[in-house]
Amino acid sequence: MSLKNWLYALSAAASLTLPAVHDAQAEDSIYVPLFTYRTGPFAGSGTPIANGMHDYLTLLNERDGGIGGVKLIVEECETGYDTKKGLECYESVKPKKPVIVNPWSTGITLPLIPKAAVDKIPVLSMAYGLSASAKGDTFPWIFNPPATYWDGFTQILQYIATQEGGGVEKLKGKKIGYIYLDASFGREPLPLIEQLSKELGFEAKLYPVAAADMQNQSSQWLSVRRDKPDYMILYGWGALNATAVKEAVKTNYPMEKFISIWWPSEDDAKGAGDGAKGFKTLNWHAVGADFPLLADIQKHVVDAGKSQVSGKDKVGQVLYNRGIYNSMLIAEAIRKAQEITGNKVVTGEDVRRGLEGLNIDEARLKEIGLEGFTSAVKLSCADHNGHFSTFVQSWNGTTYEKVSDYIAPLSDKVGPLLDADAKAYAEKNAPWPARSEACDAS
Amino acid sequence: MFYRETGQFKQSYAADQAVFPILQDRIGLAIILLVAFVVVPLFGNEFLLASVMVPFLILSLGAIGINILVGYTGLLSLGSAAFMGVGAYSAYKLSTIFPGVNILVWILCSGFFAAGVGVLFGLPSLRIKGFYLAVATLAAQFFLQWCFVRISWLYNDNPSGAIEVPARTLFGIAITGPSATPVTRYLVVLAIVVVMTLLASNIVHGRIGRTWMAVRDMDIAAQLMGIRLLPAKLLAFAVSSFYCGVSGALMVFLWLGAAEPSAFDIKLSFLLLFMVIIGGLGSMIGSFFGAALIHILPIVIRMLPEALGLPIAAATVEHLTYLIVGGLIIFFLIVEPHGLARLWQIAKQKLRVWPFPY
Repeated sequence: MSLKNWLYALSAAASLTLPAVHDAQAEDSIYVPLFTYRTGPFAGSGTPIANGMHDYLTLLNERDGGIGGVKLIVEECETGYDTKKGLECYESVKPKKPVIVNPWSTGITLPLIPKAAVDKIPVLSMAYGLSASAKGDTFPWIFNPPATYWDGFTQILQYIATQEGGGVEKLKGKKIGYIYLDASFGREPLPLIEQLSKELGFEAKLYPVAAADMQNQSSQWLSVRRDKPDYMILYGWGALNATAVKEAVKTNYPMEKFISIWWPSEDDAKGAGDGAKGFKTLNWHAVGADFPLLADIQKHVVDAGKSQVSGKDKVGQVLYNRGIYNSMLIAEAIRKAQEITGNKVVTGEDVRRGLEGLNIDEARLKEIGLEGFTSAVKLSCADHNGHFSTFVQSWNGTTYEKVSDYIAPLSDKVGPLLDADAKAYAEKNAPWPARSEACDAS
Repeated sequence: MFYRETGQFKQSYAADQAVFPILQDRIGLAIILLVAFVVVPLFGNEFLLASVMVPFLILSLGAIGINILVGYTGLLSLGSAAFMGVGAYSAYKLSTIFPGVNILVWILCSGFFAAGVGVLFGLPSLRIKGFYLAVATLAAQFFLQWCFVRISWLYNDNPSGAIEVPARTLFGIAITGPSATPVTRYLVVLAIVVVMTLLASNIVHGRIGRTWMAVRDMDIAAQLMGIRLLPAKLLAFAVSSFYCGVSGALMVFLWLGAAEPSAFDIKLSFLLLFMVIIGGLGSMIGSFFGAALIHILPIVIRMLPEALGLPIAAATVEHLTYLIVGGLIIFFLIVEPHGLARLWQIAKQKLRVWPFPY
């Protein structure tokens, strides 16, 4: 090792021990870190989400000067969808006093769940993470609106039932295939499937896809061809979705009977060509850029060169709008926190209260410039999820179109499972702290 | 001039056979330990402790485990991440079944479970060698990872499918769970890593280590000299898996806090193998060098633009990090194929004759 190398090593070591040169948390700003993944195997899904989240918050800074007159400091930390890197991001943003974190990975969310209460940083895991964290009494610091994976499953079942021309009793005698990522995310609905298939009398066929085999599903689809399920349900992420759609097309599976949870993007369906027309997914927000807010983003952020989107057509895609929705929740929670506390500069504790008091009604959506974008969002101290309705959208070859009304989840089936899970989590992680945070009457 | 053993006379066989026969080395080691135990906890910030030092030490311990197998015994293994997983899952099961027993006991015990599984998958090593053995251990990697996903008993039927670390204390101070401070976690990890490194160093310098090295250099010759191959190879698998297991348990309990099965995927196996190859096969200090290069260097590179005030997007920094680290790995391997440990040795040798090189 030459002297030069030693000098490099020394300066590197010095830069680690020295406190950060500039402190992000200035007196009159709110620090919002965004955990994103624009690199790695899931970048295809992660990039539009990151752009959506980033552009919405940048718009607030550019157009309104932040929230309530306080500038937001928006900083991205690249996780690559890797738990270790995600935790590194968390540790690196912690000293800057973030008011909220969005892990965007179930793997990163799980270690943060016990930390959130200690570090006083609320975690917003939007429709992923631990389903049981919907229980605000057990998990005061974790929020996962607008629906859990269990809710989503019951919504798909109800959609299938309406296709058959009636209520859930129509599912009796049907054969429903479930193709899923063989990891915690895809395995989560299994207990529910077992219970519901008995209660409703349908036959469930399971097709697990190991994480390493996401792009090789030919054996699963051979079984699908043999079993001939009446409907197929997909719980996938990243390359799994694109491959499943392709294989379904190859197998000549009727696409209108192939329904996915809310994660597939345009690209997942596009890759399979014309055969993918009719492929359906759940969603809870509109697709397309036809909203005043998105027009503002186009004007103030994209045209001003402050966005990383690669083309104008990317604004308004499913996952871009999902990022917009995520940032809308962040921004509204901060606004609510300012309202509750009367302070301009809020802390993580305030934003936690803001999230519990979150109430975005139709009028507020119109004010934001997102009228008709999604249904109203209202959380409470006990319910950190909301279990909101979602709708089914269908791929028409170029974009997704809404093809059903909003469908409410079967809360009477899901509710007891959530209660049992939250209780089990607290027991297994004993001594789990009892909720000490007061509830704002709202 | 300063680094020279002139005048240091060995008066006993023990002194002659010491791991660090030169006084300056012993002083250097004492300084390193002093810095690690006193200076770093006193002056390091939370990020340095929690995200740099703790992972670095845990990965180093894993790298030592693999070095014993790959570097000292010459058995190529790709299942190390799975053995780390065995350690993590057994520590989790033990600590949830017997919550009263101190967690450190279970972390160390988990190594024995990993050792047992390691021996089982090491059995084919008598008959198959080199790349073929790598493929056989790859089977261990896939099979064990499949178990972590499919056998719900292993993760106590958690609907999340992950193992979550309960809060545990040592002398009334929280060492695992959310309220454990980075300083405590760092000191606990450091103590375990130092003791286990010392043990490993003694093993490889003693009879057992020499047996392994004989097997590595030529197994038929070793057999002719009276070394029983199967016990020697299985012992290497056991000790190596023990170290991997403890490092896996530490990884989940004192670093990550919760882990999905994907935390122990093949990527981690490769990463550890790279650490050993870049650091130096068959060298204790090489394991630490390798872990530092693979874990700490990317963090430093990632922090540089911010520290210098350059406005580079997070994703671009990530791409640059890959480029630079990849380039450096190739550079080091070309400059010194025997790893950083060999560079370190050359540097010491040069220092001995400085300032009058011959």
